[in-house]
Amino acid sequence: MIAVIVFWTLAVITVLSAMITAFSRNIVYSAFALLGSFAGVAGIYLLLGADFLFIIQIFIYIGGILVVTIFAVMLTQGVADMNISNRIVGLIPAALIALLAGAVMLEAILRTPWPHPGTAALNPTTHAIGNAFLGPFLLPFEIASVVLLAALIGAIVISRQAARAEA
Amino acid sequence: MYFDYAVVLTLTLIGIVLLAGLMGLQKLLAPSNPFARKLMPYECGEPPTGNAWINFNVRFYLIALVFVIFEVEVAFIYPVAAVYLDWVRRGQRWFALSEILIFLLILFVGLIYVWVKRDLEWVKKVPD
Repeated sequence: MIAVIVFWTLAVITVLSAMITAFSRNIVYSAFALLGSFAGVAGIYLLLGADFLFIIQIFIYIGGILVVTIFAVMLTQGVADMNISNRIVGLIPAALIALLAGAVMLEAILRTPWPHPGTAALNPTTHAIGNAFLGPFLLPFEIASVVLLAALIGAIVISRQAARAEA
Repeated sequence: MYFDYAVVLTLTLIGIVLLAGLMGLQKLLAPSNPFARKLMPYECGEPPTGNAWINFNVRFYLIALVFVIFEVEVAFIYPVAAVYLDWVRRGQRWFALSEILIFLLILFVGLIYVWVKRDLEWVKKVPD
């Protein structure tokens, strides 16, 4: 019963925030409205028993991606008084694409035979993931570090030029 | 498992109720007399000019990028740290510790790289 109330509250928060993100005329508000969307999805992960995904969602998406997004928005020249001229032209194709994508998603949802995992699936997952990192997935775990290193150097090399040119 | 998160839910609810309650009480009790001058942002007595949404220095973006990478690193370390004590109890302390250290060392190279390449310094107008 409580789970149902929590789910609907989270769903409403997520969808309303996503709608603000999509429909706001001000891109700064759009960026900040993403916070509600990310947080709502995090809550739904928790409700599904995915405690590790919950932490990652809060940590990476709200703590990292959102910060970078807001920085990118705030770094844009004249972001507050940007004037989009072809607002109406984009509306009809966007609605069509959204309807099409929605229909495909609805079809996929209806066709999937969602098996109920039972209560065993609701056990905390973090410990199992930690043991897997030190056990069978030791090499992928260490390679992830190399991938992160490559991402760090790549991101810095690409943005360094732009940052120095603009400063 | 839901029981553990009942605490989180309760705290969230208390936070929302407390905040909404106090702000509603303030709205009810406080006298309200707003006028244009009173609603001006306070900037040490100076009349503010222009928009508050100014451009940040691009340097912050580089720092944010580095920050995101190291945040993902923490996300990887966190499940290992959660089971670390179990591995110590099983007598595999040095194995677990060295795996974490190798992971950290590889990314430490990245920190040294951005440090040596002076990407953590303030971007100056003067070309180097």
